[in-house]
Amino acid sequence: MEIPKSFLGYKRENGRAGTRNHVIILPVDDISNACAEAVANNIKGTIALPHSYGRLQFGADLELHFRTMIGTGCNPNVAAVIVIGIEPKWTKKIVDGIAKTGKPVEGFHIERTGDIGTTMKASKKAQEFVMWASEKQREECPLSDLWISVKCGESDTTSGLASNPTVGNLMDKLEPLGVHLCFGETSELTGAEKICATRGATKEASDKFLKTWNAYNDFILKEATDDLSESQPTAGNIAGGLTTIEEKAFGNFQKIGNCKFIDVLEPAEEPTKGKGLYFMDTSSAAAECVTLQAAAGFNIHLFPTGQGNIVGNPIEPVIKLTANPLTVKSMGEHIDCDVSKILSREMNLSEGGDELIKTTLRVANGRLTCAEALGHKEFVMTKLYRSA
Amino acid sequence: MATDIIIHDKKDNVGVVVIEKITPKQDCSCWIMEDDSTVKIQSLDEIPLGHKIAMTDLNEGDTILKYGHDIGKVVKSTKKGEHVHVHNVKTKKW
Repeated sequence: MEIPKSFLGYKRENGRAGTRNHVIILPVDDISNACAEAVANNIKGTIALPHSYGRLQFGADLELHFRTMIGTGCNPNVAAVIVIGIEPKWTKKIVDGIAKTGKPVEGFHIERTGDIGTTMKASKKAQEFVMWASEKQREECPLSDLWISVKCGESDTTSGLASNPTVGNLMDKLEPLGVHLCFGETSELTGAEKICATRGATKEASDKFLKTWNAYNDFILKEATDDLSESQPTAGNIAGGLTTIEEKAFGNFQKIGNCKFIDVLEPAEEPTKGKGLYFMDTSSAAAECVTLQAAAGFNIHLFPTGQGNIVGNPIEPVIKLTANPLTVKSMGEHIDCDVSKILSREMNLSEGGDELIKTTLRVANGRLTCAEALGHKEFVMTKLYRSA
Repeated sequence: MATDIIIHDKKDNVGVVVIEKITPKQDCSCWIMEDDSTVKIQSLDEIPLGHKIAMTDLNEGDTILKYGHDIGKVVKSTKKGEHVHVHNVKTKKW
């Protein structure tokens, strides 16, 4: 198959391109959710991103909070941002971080005004932003403007046999064309960590990966009451035939094909070493992982599933693929790309990869994903430890 | 003949059922992805889609190989053709 050289995206002020054109209402903290949701309810075409945190965090946990907030606003799938927080200082810090992209952003704080007054002021600005954004047109953008993140979920053995290798096949075909790629899921590489480390493009990248994985594993050993067998593999994984974390890890690892990762990113850290594959230190919980990848600037997501994970994200379209024919039959409304014919050998891996490339480009050009059509907008902040 | 079981690597001692289920005493056709070869096996258990079958007799303490790699240890001896899962295999991690 000849791979198209471009897609139709929204060009942003900082040179990036988006596959979507959202105007978001971003609460800085949990207690500002109500106001953000009121604004999004007033002004059609905007979306609020409520979440559970943002108060009394400190240290690396607070830094991650800001990185996720600012990164979400900076994502090229976002045209403009309204930031609403209880206090002016943290609100301004997030506004200033997003403003560096050159996109419209304005912050409002609730103290001394209250929800109703803030909702009124923020709604006026949100209306202005959404009407401005509605005039943006899709333009031809080079394929290299795609930043593709991947994560699998509700995996079973069909994931390792077919849907994850299909993503790997896509990576092998698109990596030479200059796209950015990102995989994560530190915990779900357990058992395959030594093999994964050999896939660093440099010794520095390999060492950084092992250091990250070891830090995570030490934390698990310290906190676990017995072991992770209750949650890794999950009950869904086991129902689908996965027996151990090692088996899950080798299946998971198929998603990167033959690519080598050039750097290891902190959660929600924007890659800065140019095109190519990155590993990000993330939880393996679907919504947390995708939220971090979106905050790092990735603009389209591939999500292979076995038993049928249904996750979505408010700003980064999440494309589901599966090779499990029972999942296609029983919950087809969640599946954007069916590669189950790989199992019956009516389709080979390269044909599966081509199908996924076609689906990815259609979604990049504007086709809604199943998760978008069904209203999945899971925005879940990663919390490193308890608050002060 | 249609493929009933797929095996990732020649070294693997388990295969994955890729049809809705296999039944006891079923003669199954297994496709080995690595070298595109085919082997046969007779099942002893009913095994659903996505679940594994022992391709050889497995003794307690043996290592399970899938993708050509170590994915855990046998904790209960298992005959060739039997279902392999959490009842007879455990992780070596944690």
